[in-house]
This record gives sequence, C-alpha cells and structure tokens, in this order.
Amino acid sequence: MDFFTIIFYVFAVIAIASAAIVVFSRNIVHAAFALLFAFFAAAGLYVLLMADFLAITQLLIYVGGILVLLLFGVMLTNRVISVDIKTGTIQTLPAVLLSAALAGMLTGMFWSTDWKVTPDFIPPEATASKLGEMLLTSYVLPFEIASVVLLVALIGAAMIARREKKG
Amino acid sequence: MQDFLHWLQHPGLTHFLIVSGIMFSLGVFAVLTRRNAIMVLMGIELILNAANINFIAFSRYSAGTLDGQVIAIFVIILAAAEAAIALAIVLNIYQNFNTVNVDELSRLRD
Repeated sequence: MDFFTIIFYVFAVIAIASAAIVVFSRNIVHAAFALLFAFFAAAGLYVLLMADFLAITQLLIYVGGILVLLLFGVMLTNRVISVDIKTGTIQTLPAVLLSAALAGMLTGMFWSTDWKVTPDFIPPEATASKLGEMLLTSYVLPFEIASVVLLVALIGAAMIARREKKG
Repeated sequence: MQDFLHWLQHPGLTHFLIVSGIMFSLGVFAVLTRRNAIMVLMGIELILNAANINFIAFSRYSAGTLDGQVIAIFVIILAAAEAAIALAIVLNIYQNFNTVNVDELSRLRD
C-alpha cells in the first residue's frame, strides 16, 4: 500500500461520491457545490496521471469559470427565497436501469480488456511547454478553430442573454 | 480473491477508466432524469469530465505521447463554450416562459 495508491483511492472516492450527490440531491444548490468537489477530485486524478498543466486548467476553467456560471444560472432562474429550488426527477426507474446497465457494461469492458500499456513511458516533468509546442505545431488547425469557437460563443452568449429592446 | 486484492493495491490504467466510467454513468443518469435544465447541464459537465479522465489516463499509460492531454484541453475549451451558450439560452427561456423545466418547454417561440 504505497502513497500513490492511497491518494488515488481518496480522490476516486471523493469524485464518485460527489458525482453521486450531484445526481441524487434534491436541492440544486447542494448539487452545484457537490460538483465543485467532483471537479477538484478530477483535478487530483489529473495530477496523479502526471498532467500538471491540465490539473491547473481544470481548476481555473471548471471550478473558477463553469461552476460560477452554473451557480449564476441557478440563482437567476430559481426563486432562491421560496421553496421552488428543489428539482424533481422523472422516469427514474428506466433511467436507473439504463445507467446501471451502462456502468456495468463499461466497468466490465474496462476490466476484461487487455489494454496496451507502455510502462517505460515517463511524461516530462513539466507538461506545459511540451503541450504549447504541440498546440502550435501538429494541433495548430484545431487550436485556431477552437479560438474562433470561443469568440463565436462569447458573442453569441452576449447576444442571446441580452434583454430585447421593447418596441 | 488473492488476484483481486493484488489488483486493488496497484492502481493502473483500468482503475482510472473504471472511475471515469462510473462518473459517465452518473452524468447520463442526471441528463435522463432531471427536469431542471441547469441540472441537465451539470450532468453534461460530469460526462465531459469523465471523458477527460479517460483521455488523460490513456495518454499517461497507453499512448506514450501527450496527444491525449491536448485533446483534453480541447474538451475543456468546448465545455466552457457550451456552458456559456447553454446558460444564456436557459436565462432567455426563463425570461420568456418563467420556467426552466425541460418538460414544459416544447415551443421555440411565445
């Protein structure tokens, strides 16, 4: 039982438990805050996988950006003061069966497949410079397209969310 | 049994994949059952996160390159754009219909 193992199980349990709270909580604010811990645990798993740059990116963008956006959405679309903040579920039984079957099949598939593993591969100490190099050489076209997508999303979100002028 | 205990004590590619598979299924469950549009969005974020863990795990253990991490960066970029657009749409729907219940929204205009 080495250090890596203990840390892995801590983060894995936090990730799955928080994801379960997100999914099963009746209170949408509780769900949003559980999502915070799920994102944190995912960032911890990235660190264990030697993806330091992605772990920081995950914290900055998911925790700092997307989660705050979601909380804004919760607070702008629910009457926080009143009891309307609880959200119901529908079609629970078929959804439980479907997701349980999906989880079972995925786990069984991951378990039984003999994955190709390259044990001698050691990722570089700091991945940021290597990732930046790859983004501007072999991935330059997707990189540029992603920047255009972000620009379009920025303008589009502002246009859609803007209150329409009367008359 | 002895094999299983040994497997449990040595986390590798399969362990990360199973964690991401469970997260993915929970996200699918949220998307399927929740009536609040923002909860559906949270389910989608869980699904994207599970996919990211998969990409990075394969990049670490299997591929021998950092390509998986680059793909994960693009997934994060798309998740950010998606969350911004989807929340703008949800806010607009709330202004027009005064609800975010996805079951009651079957029209695109007033």
